[in-house]
Amino acid sequence: MRALSKDIVMNDTLTPFIDAHKTNKTHLTVENLNVHIYGKHILKKVNLSIPEKQITCIIGPSGCGKTTLLRCFNRLHDDNSEVKVTGNIRIGNEDIYGSHVEVTHIRKKMGLLAQRPTVLPMSIYDNVAYGPRLYGIKRRRKVYEIVKHQLMAVGLWEEVKDRLKSPAVRLSIGQQQRLCLARGLAVEPEMILGDEATSSLDPLASTKVEELFVKMKDTYSIVLVTHTLRQAKRIADYVAFMYLGELVEFGRAEEVFNNPKHKLTQQYLDGSFS
Amino acid sequence: MMGLSLFSIAVLLLIGLVLFLYSLPTLRDNNTFHLFFTSSWKPFKGEFGFGAFIYSTLYVTFIAIVMAFPPALLCALYMSEYATSTVKRVFSPVIDLLSGIPPVIYGVWGTLTIVPVISEKLAPHFVDFSTGYSVLAGGVVLAIMILPLIVSILIEVFTAIPKGIREASLSLGATKWQTVKKVILKKSLTGIVATVVLAVSRAFGETIAVLMVCGNFTDIPQSVFDACYPLPALIANNYGEMMSIPGYESALMFAAFLLFIIIVIFNAGSRLVLYRIKKNSQS
Repeated sequence: MRALSKDIVMNDTLTPFIDAHKTNKTHLTVENLNVHIYGKHILKKVNLSIPEKQITCIIGPSGCGKTTLLRCFNRLHDDNSEVKVTGNIRIGNEDIYGSHVEVTHIRKKMGLLAQRPTVLPMSIYDNVAYGPRLYGIKRRRKVYEIVKHQLMAVGLWEEVKDRLKSPAVRLSIGQQQRLCLARGLAVEPEMILGDEATSSLDPLASTKVEELFVKMKDTYSIVLVTHTLRQAKRIADYVAFMYLGELVEFGRAEEVFNNPKHKLTQQYLDGSFS
Repeated sequence: MMGLSLFSIAVLLLIGLVLFLYSLPTLRDNNTFHLFFTSSWKPFKGEFGFGAFIYSTLYVTFIAIVMAFPPALLCALYMSEYATSTVKRVFSPVIDLLSGIPPVIYGVWGTLTIVPVISEKLAPHFVDFSTGYSVLAGGVVLAIMILPLIVSILIEVFTAIPKGIREASLSLGATKWQTVKKVILKKSLTGIVATVVLAVSRAFGETIAVLMVCGNFTDIPQSVFDACYPLPALIANNYGEMMSIPGYESALMFAAFLLFIIIVIFNAGSRLVLYRIKKNSQS
């Protein structure tokens, strides 16, 4: 492990990956991002551009900083005073960490899907209506339309339309995760962030969520942290490989999987370490 | 393990049974209605009316909970949701320390500070005269006593809520306060009810601090500035004395039995409420 880490540090080819791909418009740009948690350097000078309306998968072994990176995108580290974030992240032209930027405004732009589905302690209907109501949509008809539309978008409407008022915790785990997705979509985000969003689901439910991601990339930019290489191979358009807090390689999925530029990526893909 | 559980239940039943057996003479010699609803307390004549005591117990406890709960809830929310880790590190031990202070100290403090404030500053605005030893003094001292208890349990309740639920709400663009109001409080409702139950049970039974500030006067208090005499104070003040009076010991045992019953009924009632809440959130 130590040898591998040395390998990264010594390799000068770890150039910024900004504009590494010209074909797609950049939606989110990360520049010189450093994150320290409890004084420990977790993310080291990460540079990355997330393309618009594509699926970008962040892969890498456990503890490499994938989730930390993802959580920087919607400022979920804000409440932890032990986390220090420096560098720039821009969504479009807006600086996410800009001093004048409201954190709620940024978070609204990113629908987050956690590892385990986290339904709110309320009914199925209220879960989806939660976001729109926060933003002042009070008219019942309007709220109902949003709920119906988003539940249909995630393929849950037919399954739950007769029990919209029953507690969301009663749904199966797979249904709960799709409900969380619908809830996130109801605030009309620009991006969807998934933190190993299918890891707690059974294969069938997992496939359903994957299919949804593929379907939704026409509308949203999607960033997924994933442990499963096979999943990344199935759905990713772009892949970022991270190792020990550094971004080792980033590029189009087929290039990274078939012809990785970095030795570490190759070793990870071969299963030499995980 | 099973044996120990059975043992603890058996002890509870045994306490109830013994208290009941000792209070039988009082129950036999007096009209039940008279026992519960009159306030004539003349042990020498064999008149034992517990009305004032029951009323005082409920009154003081009610005031204490009403005064202690809102600030305790806000304090616990602040500690669990808003406070930085440094603030938590400093204040958590202080809260624990406060709940560990012996009641007699609260009693002395209440006598020296709360009682004079009530008699000199507060009461003159509302009534002609008050010694300060009153329902209000008992309620305030009790409120201050149970406040740290409620705060520390509520902090536990709030911290037990998975972080993911907060993040789910925050990541939808909710502010922290919206998250607290719409998610945290809702999720922890059963825990909050259970905490109040614990605090009320504690308040019902609290003896010495209340005894020192509430005046111990056997009459139904007309206002919060009148003296009162809760059941635990009655038992503590009189048990061991005047045992020569026939029926007196039994009457005090009946007072203890009443307290026991009040707490059992209250706990059973709140179990029912908790059960309802749980059922509603799952059905």
